[in-house]
Order: sequence, then structure tokens, then C-alpha cells
Amino acid sequence: MSKQNKYLTLSGLEPLVVTPESNFINVGERTNVTGSRKFLRLIKEEKYNEALEVARHQVDGGAQILDVNMDEGMLDGKYAMTTFLNLIASEPDIARIPIMIDSSKWEIIEAGLQVVQGKSVVNSISLKEGEAEFIRQAKLVKRYGAAVIVMAFDEDGQADTLDRRIEICKRSYNILVEVVNFPPQDIIFDPNIFPVATGMDEHRLNALDFFKATKWIRENLPYANVSGGVSNVSFSFRGNDVVREAINAAFLYHAIQHGMNLGIVNPAMLEVYDEIDKDLLEHVEDVLFDRRDDATERLLDFAETVKGQKRESAEQILEWRNDELQDRITHALVKGIDAFIIEDVEEARLAVTKPIEVIEGHLMIGMNVVGDLFGSGKMFLPQVVKSARVMKKAVAYLQPFIEAEKDGKQEFAGKILMATVKGDVHDIGKNIVSVVLGCNNYEIVDLGVMVPPERIIETAIKENVDIIGLSGLITPSLDEMTFVSKEMEKKNLNIPLIIGGATTSRAHTSVKIAPNYSSTVVHINDASRAVTVVGNLLQKDNKVFKEQIRDEYDAFREQFLKRGKKKEFLSIEEARQNKFKIDWNSTEIIKPKQLGVQIIDDFDIRTLENYIDWSPFFRSWDLHGKYPEILSDNLVGKQASELFKDAQELLKRIFNEKLLKAKAVFGLFPANSINDDDIEIKHSSVSLSAVEDKEEKIKFLTLRQQSKKAEGKPNIALADFIAPKETGIQDYVGCFCVSTGFGTETLAKGFEKNHDDYNAIMIKALADRLAEAFAEYLHKEVRTKHWSYVSNENLTNEELINESYKGIRPAPGYPACPDHLEKKTIWQLLNVYESIGVELTESLAMWPAASVSGYYFGNQEARYFGLGKITEDQVKDYANRRKISVDEANKWLNPNLAET
Amino acid sequence: MSDIKLEIQKRILVLDGAMGTMLQAYKFTEEDYRGERFKAYPSSLKGNNDLLSLTQPEAIAEVHRKYFEAGADIVETNTFSGTSIAMADYKMEDLVYELNYESAKIAKQVADEFTKANSAQPRFVAGSIGPTNKTASLSPDVNKPEYRAITFDELRIAYKEQVEALIDGGVDVLLVETIFDTLNAKAALFAIEQVKEERQIDIPIMVSGTITDASGRTLSGQTVEAFLTSISHIPLLSVGFNCALGAEQLKPYLQRLSNETDFFTSAHPNAGLPNAFGEYDQSPKQMQQLIEDYLQDGLINIIGGCCGTTPAHINAIAEVAKNYKPRNVVCSSAVEN
Repeated sequence: MSKQNKYLTLSGLEPLVVTPESNFINVGERTNVTGSRKFLRLIKEEKYNEALEVARHQVDGGAQILDVNMDEGMLDGKYAMTTFLNLIASEPDIARIPIMIDSSKWEIIEAGLQVVQGKSVVNSISLKEGEAEFIRQAKLVKRYGAAVIVMAFDEDGQADTLDRRIEICKRSYNILVEVVNFPPQDIIFDPNIFPVATGMDEHRLNALDFFKATKWIRENLPYANVSGGVSNVSFSFRGNDVVREAINAAFLYHAIQHGMNLGIVNPAMLEVYDEIDKDLLEHVEDVLFDRRDDATERLLDFAETVKGQKRESAEQILEWRNDELQDRITHALVKGIDAFIIEDVEEARLAVTKPIEVIEGHLMIGMNVVGDLFGSGKMFLPQVVKSARVMKKAVAYLQPFIEAEKDGKQEFAGKILMATVKGDVHDIGKNIVSVVLGCNNYEIVDLGVMVPPERIIETAIKENVDIIGLSGLITPSLDEMTFVSKEMEKKNLNIPLIIGGATTSRAHTSVKIAPNYSSTVVHINDASRAVTVVGNLLQKDNKVFKEQIRDEYDAFREQFLKRGKKKEFLSIEEARQNKFKIDWNSTEIIKPKQLGVQIIDDFDIRTLENYIDWSPFFRSWDLHGKYPEILSDNLVGKQASELFKDAQELLKRIFNEKLLKAKAVFGLFPANSINDDDIEIKHSSVSLSAVEDKEEKIKFLTLRQQSKKAEGKPNIALADFIAPKETGIQDYVGCFCVSTGFGTETLAKGFEKNHDDYNAIMIKALADRLAEAFAEYLHKEVRTKHWSYVSNENLTNEELINESYKGIRPAPGYPACPDHLEKKTIWQLLNVYESIGVELTESLAMWPAASVSGYYFGNQEARYFGLGKITEDQVKDYANRRKISVDEANKWLNPNLAET
Repeated sequence: MSDIKLEIQKRILVLDGAMGTMLQAYKFTEEDYRGERFKAYPSSLKGNNDLLSLTQPEAIAEVHRKYFEAGADIVETNTFSGTSIAMADYKMEDLVYELNYESAKIAKQVADEFTKANSAQPRFVAGSIGPTNKTASLSPDVNKPEYRAITFDELRIAYKEQVEALIDGGVDVLLVETIFDTLNAKAALFAIEQVKEERQIDIPIMVSGTITDASGRTLSGQTVEAFLTSISHIPLLSVGFNCALGAEQLKPYLQRLSNETDFFTSAHPNAGLPNAFGEYDQSPKQMQQLIEDYLQDGLINIIGGCCGTTPAHINAIAEVAKNYKPRNVVCSSAVEN
């Protein structure tokens, strides 16, 4: 046997020996789909590269073992586990540490064991299914060469008392050592960490029993180790981070004292034991050790007093002002504090010979710290944008001094052109990337929104830029980017092209853009990656990197194009046969109270506050999670809370100073579906006099799902929700456009002028949210008043967000009706531009950007759906109905065309 | 069968040298490789050295004999590529059992001759289990890092077939060698444990990894200590390194291995590093001096040669090995099963 045999020894590419002298071994737990929503999403969407970044952050953050868990109902766990572990194997900086293969399903564990070369840890096995299965699994674990976590769990359930913990661990240990010959040092017991201070009497000993069981195991089961998932202990204090972190820290401290030598701990949810407020610590330890009958009540009361309490006192906050100059500047940049930056920069300027040295020296040193922290996941996007604000302020102050010097010119790391493509007005993402790159000392040439290809190319050549970045949000922008890439090739440009924006994807970039352009084309999906990619692209010997990207995209394209999962489609005729059927004789159709068009010109925007769906707001800042839970999220909660606070402040200003204007126009009309997929509207044109009271007929053209459905599932088109003309029943439909974007641009420009990109982005993000809120609000008004098909609706905002209401308001350009051309029809029908001033660009984006338009369907059976892919026959049919060429139809429906 | 466990405690055991280097000297032609039996075989067979155990058994026996004469205690069977995976190159997957079985028998017969002639120095046969030509933890396609050309189970099944044939042919010990991907080795060890359990037998196992270059890591990226940790779950006779490096370059890694393990240690380095023509030109004398360095430091229990070594090298090594005591292993079989 090996000399290491007394100690738990694991390996990745490097060994990990757990000796009595070792500090507590910390298991990284963010690569666990059951514990991280973000990781789950990445795995579900097969974004394995990003998932690898999560793993890398864990390793960089000091994890010594990486827990990987793929237990989720919707996932093929074996496939996900194998794929992810295989990918880790090719990342030496991650594969360095041992893997903890975590699953409740044995077959997933075994799949994992078959792909790791190192000695990993199985998490977990137990006596739950009886001795025979326990022995079988333990033998295999041993044969695969892994250590094992044994849960204190047996045929009768999970151990929740000291006696049961001891009984089960002892029994498990004896079987493992005596029957299976399992090396005792490879056994890790998990004696179950349960929440404390739940208010229930039977939970009072939860912490104490864990401590005692741990001690007992370490003293009575030779060489065995003890582990546990720590944050569970403070579960009842979710939302109160101060108390949670204190409980976690105190529990961990005592658990380690009692012999726990490894465990799953989220470092972001941990206070330093010594820094826990003494009063709080006493209350916490009263609970942990069950020292008083009223320990829980006292902690609960005390918790109220520290809820949301800032841990830094005012004096502490200013203490950094006594530091050295460089430390102060770095601190200001990292913390995003601009209050003292001018005086610090001035001090720095007086200390150097040339003012430019302050930028190249002091400020860059600070920004490098920011870059490193951001790169390693210790800072989050909103913080970095704040850092940029400070940086910009400092640079602006220095600029006149630099210009006064003859040869004083700032040396940039590279010049990057950024543009939102023609026809598109969305620029939040583009601005974030610009700011982040700006922080990293790149010179940004920002051409703004709706930039035609000629201007992009002309500027790129004139300014001699190093990289071109294109952004866009709406689907037609995808085609526009394709076009730009072709033009760049025609002009023989050899400037790397970066593609980003919400609808862009690696798939689209590799399939539709990369083949057009011989220079490098990269898709970037978040700001932090932009820095790495740009850095690599601008390195002197970037040939290998460029070739790698080219190969990667070629392979990806090939793989994408030959994906086995070709869907089966119905012909449009067959699909129409299988339409969504409503029994028009029995369904309830209510005539709107007020037919015709109505305009809301100056709406009190304050009303919208309660209708805001905040989750997408956080998403626009790369913070992922659902509101309000995101505010107490382990990883991003703190940042999210700060961002939320800043948003609230700006929102208050918007309300109080009436900074944004909200306008809306909507109409309700008699309508019937005709020819299966069209909706014919009876609309008395405003301009016609009473004498010529002839009705003008306008049609909404809807598209029908064509993919082959499971038995009994319909192929839906929106027209199915409207009674067909031949039934003789009069039905109704509505449409609307709302905007809260009036004023955004001026405000954003104002902020930008003051070098405050943070608020410039913030105002746009808020305007977007308000527009959505307005749409939500107006829909409710329509349901309950103007159409009035529901009278007693009483839904909370959450229920509204979850679309629990009756009837739907699908928007052109979104899944149920991806055809942007429908907006033209809405504009015509409602006179949108003339009524409220919202314009359509040539790609049919709305301007101002913070606008929402759509239809109203009132039938109680109407529901949201995704069109999915459609085939050529429907496109031809549609072109005919729309009276446009098939080519043009193809262009507009491109994202929805099935590959043939 | 477990005589080797006794012998290894008494002295430093000498392993043979390269088989391939010796066979080159015979200058076998395509016809020689084919022999009578595979005259009409559809694909080219030249270079399939393992096949020579069937078509030129005398030559194989002669090489074994030369190494025993040079002083080797253990010879390796001519089965380095004897898995269905490696044999797929020649479409000879069906011959795997026979190749291993016959190779083992040839070697065992020669060994028995020598043991009979001098019972004071019993000779042993190690069943050589090579790494196959595929890797379970590396992707052959840089663009698809998640892809694997072979799975653990495919390896396990192939290894199991080889192991059963080697045991049936009478080998004394199994040698999982030239491990550049630890996961492949783990599959081999898994297969061996399965066979041991099914047949209710015990057979000593030697494991020998390959440190590919000065990075000090296996091809699959593990350090010496990580490699050791990853294969120590099986009770082994010995663990060591072979191939890729010469005795001089291998020494620091052997030193680390020797410090960390309670298994016996082995080494069979190449005859130096290859020259510009890919030939090994370290002389027996030069190699002897370098090996003596190991012995003085007490690093080794089993010593032999890999690529480029000949009976002359082994003879030189055996000459010096007998002057030294084997590496001292603190037996901690208290926790062994």
C-alpha cells in the first residue's frame, strides 16, 4: 500500500493530501445544477464553455475539490456529467483539482467515475436502499479508485439525532472496512447539517448534535473524515445576510473544532469568525449550542435589528483615506467611489513629470486590479461600470493638462469600433461592452445606433481600428450583420469582427457570418469575455488564437449543420387541418365596451412602479436570477441589492422630476379569421366622412406552427383564437403601442457628458422596464375596463409577470409572431406615429427603443406559444398573402426558416 | 505463483530490455511476418510484432533466452499491443486471445528452462499490457475537447480479454506499462480486479507510468504524485516508470515516487534519449553508471530497460544490481486487505 494511506489522498492533475495539519478543505459548489440557477441554465442550453468558466472561477477562488452535480429532471444527467467532466479534463487549470462526482443516481455517478483519471470523491452512497446495494456500490467505488461520502441515512431514513447519526455511521463504517475492505481514510461521513432556529423544538439540537456526531466519528472511526454542506444550517435566515453569514461562520468554526475536515462552503456567504459582532455571535452561539430555552426567539429579535445593516461604519468607510496615494486611487476605482478622485488625481499629477503618467501609472494599476477581480469573478458587471465612471472622471480631469503638453498623448492598447447595426436601436449591451473595454485601456470609437454598413467600413479604414464590434437585439439585425460581414470582405478588410447582442448566437455567427469573412469572426456573449477575446486578438502573435477560433467555428458549423435532430414538418395544409380548435358555439365572446382607437398622451408614469418586472433588469446587467430572490442570492445578491438601490434612486428622480414621458395608443376592433391564418379587421377609417361610411379592411397575417406535434397537440397560429368568418359569429381583436422612451436619449447623453456611463445605461434599462410595465398595465386596463371581458380580476404583480391573466398580448418580433412586418399593419391601423410619435426604423425596430407594441386576444383559450421553424410552402403562401416576393419574405422570416 | 513476492524482498530484480530493438535485428520481411498461416491475409502485417509470437515463435523464444542469459529475472511477454483495440490496426481483433496465450506460453517455457537449470535464481514472466493506441481522457480532436475516441468500458472489455489470456498462458505477474493516460490504466486495473474476483485468484500487478517530457507529467497531465494517487487503490506489487526518458532524466521522478509510495518501485528507462535519427546510442557502460546512481540512492526494487536497450545493457545492469541491496520498503500491510 502507499505511504499516503493514513490520509485521505485525492488527485486531479495534482494530488490533494488531507492531513491533520491541513486546513479545512473547501469544496467548490457552484458547478451544481441543484444549487446554482445560472449553472443549470448554462447546462440546459448546452453552453458548456460558460459552464467551464463557472468551474474556473471556483478553482481561481480557492476551491480545492470541485463538486459537479447534474441532477435535474429535464437533463440527461449521464450525458451532461460525462460531457462536462470530459471538457474539464481538457482544461488543465481546472482539472488540477480533484472532482467530487455528486448525484443521487448511481448510474450518473458511475458515468462520472468512468471519465476521470484522477482519484475523485463519490457524493454519495448510503444504507438507504439496504446493505446489499450499499456494498455493491462501495465495491465499485473502490474498484474505480475513488473516495466516498457516506450519508448518515439508512433504511429507516435520515439520521436526525445524535444516536441515529452514531448508529448509522458506525454501521456503515464497519461494513465498508470489514466487508468491502474499503480503505478507512477514503471514507468521508456526512452526518447531515440541518437548519437551526427554525422555531421547532425538535430542531433545537440540530447544530449541537452535528458537532457531537462529528467528534464521535473522528474519535471512534479511525481515519474517517467528516464533511457537510454548511449553508444549510442558516436556511431559516434567508434574506438576512448579516445573520446568515454569522451563523455559517460560527457553525463552520465550531464544526472544524469538532473535527469536520472538509465541506461545501460558499465563501460569499461567510463572515470571518473573528469579525462577527460580539452580541450577534453570542446570540448565534446560544442557538448553535442550545444554551437557552429562548435562544431562537432572542436571535430572531436580534436579527431584526441587524437586517440590512451595513457592516461598515462611517469611520471605517473613510479610513482608507489615510492610505498611500496609489492605494487610495485603487480603492476608489475598485469600490467605484468618485468623491475624492479629482483631489487624488491632482495629487498624483503634481508628483509625476508628465500628466499622462497618472493615467498610465496610477490609474492603470487600479484598473488592472479591477480587471483581475472581474476576470476572477470577484467583481460584478455593475461594479465595473461604476469603476469606469471613476476612471472617466479622472481622465477627463487630466485631459486639459495632457493636451497642454505637446507630445502628451495617451497610449491605448488598441482601437475598437463599436456599432449597433442599421435598423436597430438597442445599445445597452453594446454600451456595457464599450465601457468594460474602455476600462481596459482600449480606445472606443462608438458609432452609436442604426449605423449603415458604409459608415462602419469607412470609419474602420479611416480610424485604422483594430477590431470591429457589431451589436443588435432584434432578429432582422442578424441579417444586417451577415450583410456587413460580406461588405467587409468585398472591401478586403482584415480587421477581426466581434458579434454580440441578445439574439446573436455562436450558431448564427458560425453558420451565417464566419463563412463570409476571411478575417477572424468571434461571437461574444458577455462583457467579461470581451476583454479576454479582444486581448487575445490584439496580441502580437495572435495567429494561433485566430486559427483556433476559425477552426472552432468551422467545427461548430459543421456539427450544427449535421445535427441529427432534424425535425419533421407538416405541410402548411396539413398544419391547418390540425389547427387549435375552439368550440365557437360555446365559447364566450364579449364585445368590447369601447370599440375604436384611443390615445393616452401624458400618462402619470408613477402608476407603473408596481407593474415593473425586475428580473430582466438584472439580466441586462449580467446578473442572473429571479427578483426578489436575486437580492439575497449567495453569489450576486450583494451586487444585485446595490444595483437595485441605485435603480430605485434614479427611478425616484424619473418620477419626481418627470424625466420620462409615457404615451400609448390602442384600439379594439370587430374581427374574424379568414382563410385559416388571416385576421380581417373592420375598421372605420378616421379620415372618412360619415357619408362615405364604408369600412376599410385591414388584415393581420399570422404564421402557423409546422413542426410535427405529438398526437392530440395542435399546430397553432394566432388566427385560431379568433372566430372564423364562416361561423357567422362576430369576434374582436385589439392592438397597441406604448412607449416610455421619450426623454431617455437626452438624459443618457447628459449622463455620458458627465462621464457617467453607469447612469446612462441605467436610464435606458429602466426605460425598457417601464415600457414593459406600461404594456402590462395597459393590458390590465383593457381586460377590465375598455374591453371589459373580465370584471373581477385581482392579480398580484407576480401573477401578472407569470401571465396568469385571461387573454394574451403577443408582440410582433417575438416567438408567437416573429414577423416584424406586422408592426407596419399596427402602425397603419392605430396611426401610431401620428398619435404618439413612435417611429419604425427600416428594420422595423421601434424608436424610441423603450417601446412595446402588440395585439390583444381576449378569448379565454388564447395562449402564448412559439412559432418554431416553418417550411418553404408556408413562406410562399405568406409572400402571396403579404404581396411581397418570396425573397423578401425569406429575408423577414429568416430566423424561423427550417433548414432544408 | 507468488514466489516473486518473496524474491523481491531478497534482492533487486532485473527486468529484461527492449523486445522491438532485438526483433529489428532479424530484419523480418512481410513474408516472415505472415508465415504460412497468414500468407493470404488481406492487409499488410509487417510491423505487427506481437504476431511474431505465432509466425516466428522461435525468434521470440530466442530473445527471451538472451535476456535471461544476460541476467534478467523477469522477461516481458511479446504482447505490448495485444488488445483488440491495438490489433484493430491489422484487423486482427479475433486473434487477441491466441496471441496473448501463445506469447505467455513461449516466455513461460523459456523461464522454466532457466529456473530448472538454476533453482537459486527463479525466473519470472510478466504479462505485458500496453496502453493501446487510444486515450480515454484526451480528445484526439482539438476542436471537440469533449470527444473521446474510446470509452472506459471499451478499454475494460479489451483489457479483460488480454488479461485472461495472459493468465491462462501462465504469466507470473501482470505489467500494466507505458501508461501515458492514467484513465486507460485504471480501466486495465479494473479489468484485472474483475478477473481476480471471478476466478478467485490473486496475481501480482506491476504498474509503470510514462513521464513524457521535462514537464514531469504524464501525457494526460498528471504529476508523479497525482499519478501515484490515482492507481494506488489496487494492491500493487510495484509502481514505477518506463520509456520516453533515459535513466538520467527519469531519476528525479523516481526519487519522488520512491519517497511517496510503500509499494515496491520499478524503472525501465530507455537507453538515453534518441539521437537525430531516432536511434538510441547510450552504451551499456554509460547506462550502467546511471543505474548505479539509482542503486546507491536506494530508489529501486526492479530495474530493466526499455527502448534501445539490449541484452548487453541488461547484462551491465544485472552486474551492478547484484552489488546493492533493494530499496527498503516499510511494510504497512496492516491496513491492506
